[in-house]
Amino acid sequence: MQNITQNIINAANQVILGKDRQIRMALACILARGHLLIEDLPGMGKTTLAHTLAQVLGLKFSRVQFTSDLLPADILGVSVYDRNNAVFKFHPGPVFTNVLLADEVNRATPKTQSALLEVMEEGQVTIEGETRVLPQPFFVIATQNPVHHIGTFPLPESQLDRFLMRIELGYPDADSERNLLKNSGGRDQVANITPCIDSAGLIRLQQAAQQIHVSDALLDYLQAILQFTRSSPRYINGLSPRAGLALRQCAQAWAMMEGRDFALPEDVQAVLPGVVGHRLQSSGAEQGGMDPVEHLIQSVAVS
Amino acid sequence: MRVKEPDIIDLRWLLLGLCLVMALHLHHFAGWVALSIMVLIVWRYLLAHYRRPMPSIFILMPLTVLAGLGILLTYRGLFGRDASVELLALMLTLKLMEAKTRRDFLLLVFGGYFLTVTTFLFTQSMAYGAAMLLATFTLTATLVGISHPNGRLPWHFQAKTAAILLAQGAPIMLALFLLFPRVPGPLWGIPQDANKGMSGLSDTMEPGEISELTLSGEIAFRVQFEGKPPPPSQLYWRGPVLWHYDGRSWTMASPKLQLPTESLQVRGSPSRYTITMEPSNRSSMLLLDMPSLLPENSAVSADLQVLAKSPIRQRIRYQASSHLDYTLAPDAHPRALQLNLQIPDFDNPQSRALAQSWVDTGKSPEDIVQTALTMFREQEFIYTLRPPRLGKEPVDDFLFNTRRGFCEHYAGSFVYLMRAAGVPARVVTGYQGGELNPVGEYLIVRQSDAHAWAEVWLEGKGWVRVDPTGAVSPSRIEYGIETAMPNENPLPLLARNSYPLIKKMYLNLDAIDNAWNHWVLDYNQKRQMEFLSSLAGSKLSWQELAIAMIVAVGAVGMFLSYFIIRENPAKKDELQRIYATFLRKLQRKGIMRQPQEGPLDFGERASQALPSQAAQIHRITDLYTQMRYRNRKTTESTELLKWLIKTFK
Repeated sequence: MQNITQNIINAANQVILGKDRQIRMALACILARGHLLIEDLPGMGKTTLAHTLAQVLGLKFSRVQFTSDLLPADILGVSVYDRNNAVFKFHPGPVFTNVLLADEVNRATPKTQSALLEVMEEGQVTIEGETRVLPQPFFVIATQNPVHHIGTFPLPESQLDRFLMRIELGYPDADSERNLLKNSGGRDQVANITPCIDSAGLIRLQQAAQQIHVSDALLDYLQAILQFTRSSPRYINGLSPRAGLALRQCAQAWAMMEGRDFALPEDVQAVLPGVVGHRLQSSGAEQGGMDPVEHLIQSVAVS
Repeated sequence: MRVKEPDIIDLRWLLLGLCLVMALHLHHFAGWVALSIMVLIVWRYLLAHYRRPMPSIFILMPLTVLAGLGILLTYRGLFGRDASVELLALMLTLKLMEAKTRRDFLLLVFGGYFLTVTTFLFTQSMAYGAAMLLATFTLTATLVGISHPNGRLPWHFQAKTAAILLAQGAPIMLALFLLFPRVPGPLWGIPQDANKGMSGLSDTMEPGEISELTLSGEIAFRVQFEGKPPPPSQLYWRGPVLWHYDGRSWTMASPKLQLPTESLQVRGSPSRYTITMEPSNRSSMLLLDMPSLLPENSAVSADLQVLAKSPIRQRIRYQASSHLDYTLAPDAHPRALQLNLQIPDFDNPQSRALAQSWVDTGKSPEDIVQTALTMFREQEFIYTLRPPRLGKEPVDDFLFNTRRGFCEHYAGSFVYLMRAAGVPARVVTGYQGGELNPVGEYLIVRQSDAHAWAEVWLEGKGWVRVDPTGAVSPSRIEYGIETAMPNENPLPLLARNSYPLIKKMYLNLDAIDNAWNHWVLDYNQKRQMEFLSSLAGSKLSWQELAIAMIVAVGAVGMFLSYFIIRENPAKKDELQRIYATFLRKLQRKGIMRQPQEGPLDFGERASQALPSQAAQIHRITDLYTQMRYRNRKTTESTELLKWLIKTFK
């Protein structure tokens, strides 16, 4: 298993330079059957990362550029009257795929956003009374500009919770950037990637991740984390049970990527920034300059 | 645990706490001490506010020596209550000038706690108790702030935690209050100067002495009657009885005379009451004329004044009953009567002549008494708090010249006239009247109610109370001193009725204070024994009391720690104990696991620090994580882990 995941990571690393950690997080998210939100400034390689991942995993990929006039039907599909057969024929939208890249999801209206989020939650589409199941595996990689940009509809907190992880890419380091500038950039390399795995293989990996052993000792630690966020005055709200489950699944996936068949507190700590970052809001109480997630890690003891 | 150093927020809390503590004390500190403390605190705050460096040791050292010397010179010593408390306060404030680290702050907080407690050496009133609680609370909040490992806290969180901590301490405080074995008197000797500043009736009477006492609004004692209190004109609280006159002052009969106790016949039903007396530093216990049932631990003199066994230095409470209708000593001892005719030879010729003129007209003793009272009533005598000074022959000067006086002038000159006319008479000092507090239905008697009156001995009637002041100013006896005194007289504010709202507020507060005295301060050895014996159903020895205290405090402690343990899931099992020995071994090598560090990360860090033992560390970490996080704990693996850790050097 570790070989496969390592191959995937290596392949992606060749396209996205110097972002090993973000690639690992994204893969962990996918292995934990979650949807991924990538948040960063324009031009940081969000779309490239999403595209690369789909390509490496050998999955069917479609991309929707979210705009303010995008309608739910543009994603889900429409029924069109077929004059020859005198019936309505359903034309599936871009959502019928394995990987849906929802580019700049916060530029669409809330109505369209909720249509997408519903699909993410249900894994199926119901149009005109007819339920259509999406192909498996299915996941959404959404990208988003930081909310203070003009002309955006920021996702409400309740919808952020639907994303298993949120990651940020950040600027590349000097060496990676030099490499990037020397070559023509990542995008055209994406097409040349040979998949390391197919959809059936991915499903097997996802199932294997679920089998990773989680001990009581680890659950103690997990619960201590949840409890701390609920009792500390530094956060507006504590973490939800769904966040707890998300943490567990991601830690399992991470442990598998590390080549272990059991999860450790280190795995939880590794995925914590991605899983918790968008669910935890600082109450504005002084943090001593510490990032809220870093503070959380520092405050909860591993027994 | 990561420990941060205190910042400006912590300093503000600390300064606030120390200010509150100092506020409890400043008013009784020497002026220069109070001033220095205030200046130092402000200085420290300004330094921190403008981020200036703290004063160097070369400034602080001389200051410290000067402060010590100052105390030494002010109090001629470093011991004694005032000197040592002021020294502590000064040194604590000077420590503040070099406080930077967490350790300094802790020291200051604990010093602050101690300084708070010393307030009880000065006063034990409830208002101060509340103020001390506030100071303790603020100091505790400071402690929360500097003890919390993670950065700054919102102030309300700090305050909430401090409140919870104090609330958790309350059951222990209660258990100790009820059960800690009480000893009579203070646990350790309170320095002599602790008793200064108490006021009360003196054992002697000189013109001007009682009127000086009357300027004090302090409470002398409070009385709770069973049933309805007697009318104000009957409320004569008997204090020292004065027999001997030396031409200037009146003094008590010497106990060396060994006079027989005067006989008392009583009629009617007694008045029962409980008195809570403020410390007076004298042994006289005030009782209503005439005491028929004495309080515990008291003795009675020949002339029926009741004395405690030692000077009253703490608030005491006693029960007694008195009969208002009585006959005292109709069969008085001839020697006693003889003594009560004593006046110095050849003084006050005019008064003697006046008395002699009454005797010469053949008046009976009763008539003589009436004649004297009539003289006070009908001639132009004035009752005033500011009598003029009297000359060499005080009685003559008063009766024929100034004619302005307070109760002691009237009582003294009246007795003098009686004695000159051959009627046995003596001066009785004490208090007259009192103010009924409608809240709680008890009587407040203040120092301003101090009074002096006379007793004359008449054939067949015994000692009869005569109050010449009543002849001059009847309202003094009927309605109390405030109605008898025109407003320009310097009476204490609270003895006046001119501000009804303040008065009412005051009476309410006094009722609370009275309850505090009753339930908290008077919980002494005797009442503790009574209370606990009634709980236990049998009389307890102090050993049993000590055991009960330990058990109760232990039970409270266990109850609290149950919650603390329950919240902390760090109940260590066998595996964790084995791993802990590994951690200890590494700790000795200077590698400490952070609480939030997982075993794998820690193993990695440790093996980087100790490359020669990396293999061993990896093996132990691997085995431990497998056992703990993969549930692969068997007897064999446990033994293996034990062996690996044991052989790890």
